[in-house]
Amino acid sequence: MSLETPLKQTAGLGAAHSGVGHFWRQRVSAVALIPLAVWFAISALGLVGAREAAVLIFLSNPLNAVLMAAFVVASLYHMALGIQEVIVDYVPQSGLRFALVMLDYAFAFAVAAASVFSLLRIAVS
Amino acid sequence: MADHPHKPAARPLSPFVTVFRWPITMATSIVHRATGVALAGGTILIAWWLFAAANGPEAYNQFAGLIETLPGQIVLFGFVWSLAYHLVNGIRHLAWDLGYGFEIRTASVTGVVVLVVSVVLATGAFALAWLGQGGYYR
Repeated sequence: MSLETPLKQTAGLGAAHSGVGHFWRQRVSAVALIPLAVWFAISALGLVGAREAAVLIFLSNPLNAVLMAAFVVASLYHMALGIQEVIVDYVPQSGLRFALVMLDYAFAFAVAAASVFSLLRIAVS
Repeated sequence: MADHPHKPAARPLSPFVTVFRWPITMATSIVHRATGVALAGGTILIAWWLFAAANGPEAYNQFAGLIETLPGQIVLFGFVWSLAYHLVNGIRHLAWDLGYGFEIRTASVTGVVVLVVSVVLATGAFALAWLGQGGYYR
């Protein structure tokens, strides 16, 4: 006899080991990225051919800085989840698969941190 | 998939990718994944742009100069089209998640629509930029 209910004993034993968590986070970040990506595209087109000074004026605006940070962070979160899906689809060796998923998330954190650092530097300069 | 202690014998597979004509839904699915992987590289492009902007006019001009070369423009177009495709086809996927658009005919038609709209958006953005209609935040 176990103190765990039968449901608790079987939860997480499916092939994904995590239920629908991954699927759901992928959809939530996808929905968030629809308006953010549209805003990014309109902003990037507006900065075509701009000098550094004009880019700094645009990115030091608090609203633009926050939206850019949100776009970059949501993108990298969505990317980490998506690349993880690609890795588990194509890499059958469990050790290599584990290492690549770790690398995937390390990449996402590193690029997100570098981007947000640059935005902060522009904001306080 | 679990690692098997005994590798199963190599059996012939149906050559579904190399022989048969791709249904449009298969092509759009493969392209969705490919553009997703390309956009992972695109995040470096954005981080590089922000980093250059934060590091003074010289660093920024160097980045802008690279983007303005022909290889730079080709990479940028690949990024812009990937973003357009992944965005528009992503909305198609979200509609499927809500249970809409699963009729074979509907799924095929929306697949063609997504391809056309993504190309129009990407070439439209480049046309605006080249015709001097971009840069309105300068």
